[in-house]
Amino acid sequence: MTATLERPPAAARPVPRRPARWAPPVVVIALLLVGWQLGVTLSGVAPQVLPSPLRVVEQGWANRAALWTNTLPTLQVTAVGFALSLAVGWVLATAVDFSPWLRRALLPLMIASQTLPIIAIAPLMILWFGFGLLPKVLVIALVTFFPIVVGLVEGFARTDREASNLLRSMGASRWTEFRYVRLPGALPSFFTALRIGITYAVTGAIFAEYVGAQAGLGIFMNQQKNSFRTDLVLAAVGVSAVITLALFALTFLVQRLVAPWIRR
Amino acid sequence: MKISVRDLQVSFGDLRVLDGVSFDVAPGEFVSILGPSGSGKSTLFQVLAGLLEPDAGRVEAASSAYMPQKDLLFPWRTVLDNTTLGLEVAGMPRRAARAKAGALFEPFGLSGFEHSRPDELSGGMRQRAALLRTVVQDRDVLLLDEPFGALDSLTRTAMQEWLDEMRARFGWTVLLITHDVREAVYLSDRVLVLSPRPARVVHERTIDLPHPREVTAAAAVEVELRGALR
Repeated sequence: MTATLERPPAAARPVPRRPARWAPPVVVIALLLVGWQLGVTLSGVAPQVLPSPLRVVEQGWANRAALWTNTLPTLQVTAVGFALSLAVGWVLATAVDFSPWLRRALLPLMIASQTLPIIAIAPLMILWFGFGLLPKVLVIALVTFFPIVVGLVEGFARTDREASNLLRSMGASRWTEFRYVRLPGALPSFFTALRIGITYAVTGAIFAEYVGAQAGLGIFMNQQKNSFRTDLVLAAVGVSAVITLALFALTFLVQRLVAPWIRR
Repeated sequence: MKISVRDLQVSFGDLRVLDGVSFDVAPGEFVSILGPSGSGKSTLFQVLAGLLEPDAGRVEAASSAYMPQKDLLFPWRTVLDNTTLGLEVAGMPRRAARAKAGALFEPFGLSGFEHSRPDELSGGMRQRAALLRTVVQDRDVLLLDEPFGALDSLTRTAMQEWLDEMRARFGWTVLLITHDVREAVYLSDRVLVLSPRPARVVHERTIDLPHPREVTAAAAVEVELRGALR
């Protein structure tokens, strides 16, 4: 061969090292906690009103058994509710992608579902479905399915027209085109939507439990607030924040397993 | 005839894009379609690739494989699995498809990149991978829509020389869209010139020169400079 073929580009720039990425949030959180601790100590405010962070940790640890018993139901409700939300989200988004008629029929309904004030709906759910798993699962699904559907629908729609043409020129059916191009192409925006959804899921679970439950972080917070145990309310808030962060981090792990080609 | 087009007409609403286009392509022939931007060249290809129904006219086209302007290599597939796409869509088992496409990696200058991701390839390599994906489908005609349009001028020239060799080696029947006159003259057996929209064939030129084509005195200096740049 006489024609000289050029070489591939050099390797991409390395990502910043870990400490550089983690340092800023750690510094900010540490500063806030120190400020809070100093503020509480110096002002002498009553712990029923505002406990110091040290007290929150100390009392949270002393009541770790109660916190743990109430964390498990919340985790369970979150997992089931979010799984339902994902299933519904994928089915709706796929249906809407295949049928313009369904898109026109369903999208306004879905948007309308997001205008429902959850604060009014959640107690009604308990009225209708009791104190079991179902009303909480429905509240979580209601608050999290929308970002998932929107992320998927827009991800599917973002498919390059020319990529569709290429597949059709190869003789692909609509379903084959969906499987080979539209579905994988939608994954980046799906994972973004997944991260938004999962942060709402834990809050949704706590909200549903707050209104009425046999156990769970939400009802625990409600009970502790009624006993003026602000420190334990905040300890439960801390636990829910840790759960949310862990689930958020988990989405990156799943993304690396499912779609390692997505560049960040 | 591999392709026979008679009095082809296509309009989008009130916009008349193709206005009675007629031409033939013989087996083993390399024909270029030259025309100003927006003259309906890509529309013509969409009709030939079966993506668009013409309003009027007759099209007899052997089975064709279509290579769009963008390389459209999918980041979720390795280079090898991108090149087997057409075979997989046609129902060939993955293992057989990989063996068939893999055999072309050497002549296409892609050896060793079978399991790379497309973003690890240079622009020229990406276009060769896209061409491999087109060629491996074993269709009768290759429809190439400005395949080198997005490349820098050095890479484009290298790719034109390479395509010229490959075509001589494999005996492909090619219909190439371009607005690069030199590219058309360098590669083609015959050039069809389209008018601005609404398009019709306004000029036809058979180029009966041996391959690889001789360069003029000025272009010889160009070749020397390109050689030095490598």
